[in-house]
Amino acid sequence: MSLTNDIVLQKLQAAFGDAIVNGGEPYGLLTVEVPKADIINVLRFLFDDETLKFRFMTDLCGVHYPDEAGRELAVVYHLHNLEANVRLRIKVFTSIHEPDVPSATAVFPTANWMERETYDFYGINFVGHPNLKRILNVDEMDYFPLRKEYPLEDQTRTDKDDEMFGRG
Amino acid sequence: MDQNSAIILPEGSIEKTTTTLNVGPTHPATHGVFQNIMQMDGERVVSTEQTVGYIHRAFEKLAERRPLYQITPITDRLNYCSSPINNMGWHMTCEKLLGVETPKRVDYLRIIIMELARICDHLICNSIVGVDTGAFTGFLYLMQYRELVYEIYEEVCGSRLTTNIGRIGGFERNFSNTAFTKLEKFLKEYPVALKEFENLFNRNRIFMERTQGGGAISAERALAYGMTGPNLRAAGVDYDVRVHNPYCSYQDFEFDIPVGTTGDNYDRFMVRNGEMWQSLRIIEQAYQKIQGFTGAEAEVYHAEVPAYYLPKKEDVYTKMEALIWHFKIIMGETAIPKGEVYHSVEGANGELGFYFISDGGRTPYRLHFRRPCFIYYQAYEELAKGAMLSDAIITLSSLNLIAGELDA
Repeated sequence: MSLTNDIVLQKLQAAFGDAIVNGGEPYGLLTVEVPKADIINVLRFLFDDETLKFRFMTDLCGVHYPDEAGRELAVVYHLHNLEANVRLRIKVFTSIHEPDVPSATAVFPTANWMERETYDFYGINFVGHPNLKRILNVDEMDYFPLRKEYPLEDQTRTDKDDEMFGRG
Repeated sequence: MDQNSAIILPEGSIEKTTTTLNVGPTHPATHGVFQNIMQMDGERVVSTEQTVGYIHRAFEKLAERRPLYQITPITDRLNYCSSPINNMGWHMTCEKLLGVETPKRVDYLRIIIMELARICDHLICNSIVGVDTGAFTGFLYLMQYRELVYEIYEEVCGSRLTTNIGRIGGFERNFSNTAFTKLEKFLKEYPVALKEFENLFNRNRIFMERTQGGGAISAERALAYGMTGPNLRAAGVDYDVRVHNPYCSYQDFEFDIPVGTTGDNYDRFMVRNGEMWQSLRIIEQAYQKIQGFTGAEAEVYHAEVPAYYLPKKEDVYTKMEALIWHFKIIMGETAIPKGEVYHSVEGANGELGFYFISDGGRTPYRLHFRRPCFIYYQAYEELAKGAMLSDAIITLSSLNLIAGELDA
């Protein structure tokens, strides 16, 4: 019997009950929301279970929703079962005032740099990460640029002269 | 003498047992702008620390301010050795979100361009591995064929390297007869050059001894590091997005997936060579299928989606409605549904994914690029540990790290 989205959802709900919130199947990809306290257990369950076998982490990224109080920062995990060719998207939401999410590096070593990039862009603190420091931006940067409140260009720069380009 | 007990320092000494060697960021041996701070014990690498971000251009932040067509030029600059693949991956992501279906002829034309781009990327990587072992000839002979491919791109979209090729739904113009003539020339001449290149390298004793055994990785470790593409296939896992999640009518084509065994530098080289032959096979099949279209079908080069496909330039310059549509589409004033989509294509380095969250506005709410180079560069420390410096450099080039895709 081949693995389908329904079976994945059933097994998750059987193991974790109400903690799993079904987010539907946008464009065929099953999406669930998991509380951050359970995320490592969920990832470990998905990895170890012999029917589910989600042993490849495709992607990990962050999203900022400034209008959702208490749930401003999201971490989105994309997992892939290579043998049965089934994908899964897991979302974890956290408040911007307590941006701590457990690190997935213990289950998926590939999450190492992906979490560093998410920390660099959004300021999400991955608890248990072996080396959580900025990866793409300069180490001295003191804000998290992909948050929605920051404009595309740093307004405090003094080294660029845009006078001639009509942007003075 | 084992490397860990080589030097015993007196108590309180300020000397270290290893030398710090800073490879990069600008270094002729690192093909791109990225840095490795290596701790060396003599000529052996004890550990390395990678620093990336020297060419970080904030693409993901830029994409939040740009309508769909304005994002295509920034996708060019991800893996710039094979930009058509990035462009088409992006357009296919938009088509998935918008529900646009492309006609078969468009798919086959796209496949020709994508496989040409794959050949270009692999030929650079393999010839540069040759250069790093000291064999410059292969590089000079093969680079000439990139010129032929650039001319084909130029016929279609006007640009050579950062192509900005295609539209949502197809191409900006039909392939001219010149483009097909150049394609036929490439298909006739490149296999000869590739065969000569293989004769020079594949069973060359010096090359084999330099590359075999270096940078080996097992399949489990490769999967744990999130490797995809030729690096993963060299380790023995036959995961290829074109076969597992076929897009753009790849299921209509017959091709093999070359797979290695030990995941070392030699296997990566051989897998890339094998993929170039398979790409040539796919291009020949696609070209035959395209020649099979007759009548009106043979003139199709885009899907009929006037809301997202820029109107013809002749109309834009002469008719008011076409001008307005052109303006609206470029500025993002046509409706995009709310939703989130993840689409991936088989880039030259692995699974290139686009995670697009739309809130119904003009620009993406969030666009994240799943960049294969960034993800597998994490593995470099494990691959280079214990190797001699020159072998560590060959491992670095055989991974085919493109700085644009590393940093985005």
